[in-house]
Amino acid sequence: MPKKVHVQTTINGETVEFLCEPRQSLLEVLRDELGMTGAKEGCNNGNCGACSVILDGRLVNSCIVLGVETEGKTVETVEGLAEPGKLHPIQEIFLEDAALQCGICTPGFIVATKALLDKNPNPTEYEVRYWLAGNLCRCTGYDKIVRAVLDSAQIMSSEVGA
Amino acid sequence: MSEKKEYKVIGTRPIRHDGVDKVTGRALYGADFQTTGLLHGKVLRSRHAHARIKSIDTSRAEAHPDVKAVVTAADLPTAADKIADLGESAVNLKYLCDNILASDKALYTGHAVAALAASDPHTAEEALELIDVEYEVLPPVLEVREAMEDDAPLLHENLKTDAMGEKSEESSNVASHFQHKKGDIDTGFAEADVVIEHDFVTGTVHQGYIEPHNATALYNPDGQLTIWCSTQGAFAVRQQVSEILQIPVSKVKVVPMEIGGGFGGKISVYLEPVAALLSKKSGRPVKVLMNRAEVFEATGPTPASYIRVKMGVTNDGRITAAEGYLAFEAGAYPGSPVGAGAMCIFSPYNIPNGLIDGYDVVVNKPKSNAYRAPGATNAEFAAETVVDEICEKLGMDPLEFRILNGAEEGVSRIDGPVFPRIGCIEATEAAKEHPHYEAPLEGENRGRGVASGFWFNVGLKSSVAINVNPDGTISLVEGSTDIGGTRASIAMQAAEVLGIPAESVYPTVVDTNSVGYTDVTGGSRTAFATGYAAYEAAQDVKQQMTERAAKLWEVDAAEVQFADGDFVCVNGKDERMSFKELAARLDEVGGPVTGRASVDPTGVGGAFATHIVDVEVDPDTGKVEILRYTATQDAGKAVHPSYVEGQMQGGVTQGIGWALNEEYIYDKDGRMSNASFLDYRMPTCLDLPMIDTVIVEVPNPGHPYGVRGVGEVPIVPPPAAIANAIYRAIGVRMKELPMSPGRILKTMGKL
Ligand code: FES
Ligand code: FES
Repeated sequence: MPKKVHVQTTINGETVEFLCEPRQSLLEVLRDELGMTGAKEGCNNGNCGACSVILDGRLVNSCIVLGVETEGKTVETVEGLAEPGKLHPIQEIFLEDAALQCGICTPGFIVATKALLDKNPNPTEYEVRYWLAGNLCRCTGYDKIVRAVLDSAQIMSSEVGA
Repeated sequence: MSEKKEYKVIGTRPIRHDGVDKVTGRALYGADFQTTGLLHGKVLRSRHAHARIKSIDTSRAEAHPDVKAVVTAADLPTAADKIADLGESAVNLKYLCDNILASDKALYTGHAVAALAASDPHTAEEALELIDVEYEVLPPVLEVREAMEDDAPLLHENLKTDAMGEKSEESSNVASHFQHKKGDIDTGFAEADVVIEHDFVTGTVHQGYIEPHNATALYNPDGQLTIWCSTQGAFAVRQQVSEILQIPVSKVKVVPMEIGGGFGGKISVYLEPVAALLSKKSGRPVKVLMNRAEVFEATGPTPASYIRVKMGVTNDGRITAAEGYLAFEAGAYPGSPVGAGAMCIFSPYNIPNGLIDGYDVVVNKPKSNAYRAPGATNAEFAAETVVDEICEKLGMDPLEFRILNGAEEGVSRIDGPVFPRIGCIEATEAAKEHPHYEAPLEGENRGRGVASGFWFNVGLKSSVAINVNPDGTISLVEGSTDIGGTRASIAMQAAEVLGIPAESVYPTVVDTNSVGYTDVTGGSRTAFATGYAAYEAAQDVKQQMTERAAKLWEVDAAEVQFADGDFVCVNGKDERMSFKELAARLDEVGGPVTGRASVDPTGVGGAFATHIVDVEVDPDTGKVEILRYTATQDAGKAVHPSYVEGQMQGGVTQGIGWALNEEYIYDKDGRMSNASFLDYRMPTCLDLPMIDTVIVEVPNPGHPYGVRGVGEVPIVPPPAAIANAIYRAIGVRMKELPMSPGRILKTMGKL
């Protein structure tokens, strides 16, 4: 078995240290080494977005990032979005808009939406669809997801404005 | 059922009960399950589509220090171990077992031949190379019509055709042939002024759920087996595992984890028995996860098919006769959904004379399985395309034609059943009245198409228990795994009975030891049948609470009524108490109240849908763009309209994928060339517009709130609606699915 590597990184604002094999993906590290199962595996080769996390401000598929690559970086996952006693507005609106059915794609979509709205607080429908094209959902037909993203943008920018 | 009923909870849109867990990443799906001492299993799969297994040598793998157990078919009880006179079911059991771990032959690429468990998944995967399998490679047969040829390679040397109850002498790949007849087909065609006949081919497609199959098993030394998995039916897993491993159902406890999509593909077991065997051998819990390629190659896609449809009409637009020939690929073992396809093919219509022949045919592909209205999409793609051509020939509006010939109460389907109150015509009328239908569609290479669809839905068994909490809420215990929001739609039906808000119900999906038998989440049955059980369990609670109120007031139970959420004394005494108030005082009059119900409802209401689609075809590339989509559907009564719309939108999208892109592509040796989400191209949100929905409500008399199943039928119309739109856009009739760019160019004569 290859020797494990020590990695120090920041996950959801907290310093985290772990040991991982050089071949382990960030998704494996999160799920199997750190017990953070919010990111899901749908394909393990970068095609579905169920494993989406934000790495140094950039949306990535954690199944095609190596765990060792996160040394000294910051990782945001779905587990870090809600505040104590309060869901993140995107989470709130996904529920209100019924933008999930089975829910396996939901953490990925929510993280991808956060990454989009961080960059572009007022996207058009086309921009939303373009951005989320890397996240597959087989249940919803995307209609309610796209609406939830547009609604989140609206509510979050009005909250910022207020 | 003409008067509109007023409901307090039914028809509203509460936040789903499991919502917070699902948006925070806390909900635990099968792959998320952890337990102490866990080993990881991997499955060795055949790379040959058809081969005799001459030997399997596991000794090198067993010698590996990190490998804790290796299993092959030799570890399964064989069919011969079963009581000798099981007859037919022994054969079926052998098929079931052989699909879990191949014994004598590998029948498709991806067929499991051995499995092992090791300390971590990477070691397990690498150790698979230490299992030596010697194959005698045989020629595969990969297409239904080729498999039906007399000289086709045989998958099962002793499979005889069951031809309408008679067994054939010769072995064949045709497992069965059945027939439905109504009226007199020759007379019907003789009465027709216009007869159209075409044949159609559809490809193998996958349900495409985002969560791969998973199973964790722990076989305890006392013989108790526990399985944690993502499944559409915990009891179905229990049953299959008990049959395959030949242990009593009571020895198996199945704990359903959250499930990341199924659409019919997570009913059959694949990994569960393997994980159980590995656990038994290793003495430790074993988790087995499929990767995406395994999901494609080794689970149960829905079959490719060859279908011929002939339909006759009079000049004034009445259907006089319809004939269908359906040959479906069962995959490696008998049991395609051709039967269901034959039940649906012409069912949106009132047809006096009909003949339908169905063939279930084995080929060297994975054993096919259910996929959302299984069989109906293939079949109705063919029929609805022929209907469109008929309308064109007659110069008749295609929705007008569907209304004129539409099925309604009292009409019998060609396969026999007589329709109860249904909303076939109402759903079509809703499409006709929708602004989309009359909206101008300008521009070149654009066209609008319509199609209808039918799915019969099922009832089956469900159980629910309700415990009344002292704070006036209830906990609801159910056995239906929640794939798309059924905790909410079931809870709402109990809430309606008890006059409490949906938020006062705490639904929990529990394991097979903790609730009465419940059939699978499938067949569009869950909101209908488990909802029915919730309704009945709530009635039981109401009855008991009425008695408790009477006791409290020292009156006769007959003198207490429940109205508008309050228990009221009607004998002159001025007593009134809300459900909540009474719940707080139950201990004064006998202690806790638990209501329960197990149902097997027969009043299933069939589902009908009509869809309108606008497309634009790029004549240079053959790519089809969906410009606008509207789906109408009779839901009976929409319990939670958001999730009904969601079912419609999701079904439409899967239908669009099936229509335009999705198919298994095999090389000549029977290896799948596109076993990834990159190459098996499912729709992304960039491929689609918003999907407009119209919920029509023709209450189902067989359910207390009029509920019909809604989940499946919306996948049925899209391929035909899109084919009909393509015809109007570029003037070519597409008779093959998917209508991928290459096929479109070919049909246009450009390739
Ligand atoms: S699991 Fe990472 S993209 Fe699919
Ligand atoms: S909700 Fe099931 S995959 Fe998106």
